[in-house]
Amino acid sequence: METFLQVVANGLMLGGLFAIISIGLTLIFGIIKVVNFAHGEFLMAGMFLTYLITTQLGLHPYASVVVVAPALFVLGAVTQKLLIQPLLSARDEHVQIFATVGLSTAMINLALLIFGADIANTPSSGLRSSIQLGPVRILEGQLYILICAALLVVGLEFFLRRTQTGRAIRAVAQNRAAAQLMGINVNWIYVLSFGIGAACVGLASSLVAPLYPTSSTIGTYFVLTAFVVVVLGGLGSIPGAFVGAIIIGLLDSLAGFYIGSDLREAVVFGVFLVILILKPSGLFGTRLKLSHIS
Amino acid sequence: MLNIEGIDAGYGATTILNGVSLEVNQSEVVTIVGANGAGKTTTLRTIAGLLKPTTGRILFEGEDITKMSAHDIVELGITLIPEGRQLFPDMTVRENLLMGAYRRGARDHQAETMDHVMELFPRIRERLDQHASSLSGGEQQMVAIARGMMARPKLLMFDEPSLGLAPIIVAQVFEVIGKIVASGATVLIVEQNVFNTLKAADRGYVLENGSIVLSDTAEALLKDDHVRQAYLGI
Ligand SMILES: Nc1ncnc2c1ncn2[C@@H]1O[C@H](COP(=O)(O)OP(=O)(O)O)[C@@H](O)[C@H]1O
Ligand SMILES: [Mg+2]
Repeated sequence: METFLQVVANGLMLGGLFAIISIGLTLIFGIIKVVNFAHGEFLMAGMFLTYLITTQLGLHPYASVVVVAPALFVLGAVTQKLLIQPLLSARDEHVQIFATVGLSTAMINLALLIFGADIANTPSSGLRSSIQLGPVRILEGQLYILICAALLVVGLEFFLRRTQTGRAIRAVAQNRAAAQLMGINVNWIYVLSFGIGAACVGLASSLVAPLYPTSSTIGTYFVLTAFVVVVLGGLGSIPGAFVGAIIIGLLDSLAGFYIGSDLREAVVFGVFLVILILKPSGLFGTRLKLSHIS
Repeated sequence: MLNIEGIDAGYGATTILNGVSLEVNQSEVVTIVGANGAGKTTTLRTIAGLLKPTTGRILFEGEDITKMSAHDIVELGITLIPEGRQLFPDMTVRENLLMGAYRRGARDHQAETMDHVMELFPRIRERLDQHASSLSGGEQQMVAIARGMMARPKLLMFDEPSLGLAPIIVAQVFEVIGKIVASGATVLIVEQNVFNTLKAADRGYVLENGSIVLSDTAEALLKDDHVRQAYLGI
């Protein structure tokens, strides 16, 4: 029984990690309808930045978030303004896909140029020590990630539903032309939303960096899981991404322990496919309104 | 108030409007009459800034708005209630109305305007917390009009407000528009129900194949042979 509880706890912690790295991706897709294929590299950039700030300035990794989140906001806003927006008028929507794929490759190469192929270890500042919570032991840093992911979901939902700007963002996502007729500057909302989504990745970076060694390929390592989580939760749904992440985390942990670590991924993807066959729009997904993606 | 001077406009390489000129004066109700595909919606969308004219000018209160973006035009006080309602489907009715009051000129008076609009649309009050997509077509049209009014516009444009609605609902829509007109609003309206609209309007333009072919007082247009034959079926 205790083993089972420990395996579940590990799954929850893993779920928290998956959630924090997926929220920005689903937010950007839900509003701008652009899949950011450079999402993983945004995370990588944020983690390197956390590493630099922590090692150069001797700050606690969590303190670096005050720089990393705004820096990622700017990176996201600039990506939308200078890369995506000029391509919005392009006849072929696939151009946008190539644009973010290109950005991803460019960022990996830039990281290789600056940091080489070495691994950058952000000081863990005690976050890798385990704490006893009732019958289970978990890493302190993982617990904080889960808590932050939950708070981020609640905070974003509050922002999107209760503030004027948040409602304007939802309006643009639901009916772009009608939003213009309300006096909403749609392009500005897109820039803002990409910025907010990227800032969420920034927050994730500073939380993840003390636990995982940073390298130029760390984004590639995480991004597939982020895509699975986002699709499972329903593209564009923030609470969906959270629930999807917890499910994937639990599956990963339970399958890894009870079925065998080599079959872990097969089980996770198997269940993922079954859920999608039963509910193609994902757990929290409304049917995709393609008419609004124009 | 609104002066359109010889605009050409269309979609991509296709020109739909050819040298359209029209004006709407303060507190006037003006209608554009025309067959399906004549370019009425295109005209309203161009005024709203969703389409850009390739030639000609659009002036609003003397200011050139020809190249202005749609959201800046809304800020100036021009609101279009679009064809097909175009509500935000996954927002509640209340949120839809709040989006109507997004423009700076309306934001500070939000509560006050909401009270006024609720008086005009008592049936919406019970629906405030429902998702817009769960309403009937008639209710959605009322919300679309109410949302337009939330902007406290100086010029209110209607595009086919009664399209696709049952006759009883059409009567209700016209009743509401009548009240809005009676309150002294400046209105530019496009409506398939030409007879009722001309009855309510001060002046009208007849648009055929993207060009204005006739313009007169509504009274005169109601008596005009061509209008009677082509648009009133008399
Ligand atoms: N989005 C569009 N792209 C290309 N052509 C369009 C578009 N919308 C309308 N048209 C064309 O423009 C012409 C005028 O349409 P519209 O202004 O909607 O007419 P009306 O409102 O008078 O019925 C029609 O021939 C129509 O096919
Ligand atoms: Mg039309």
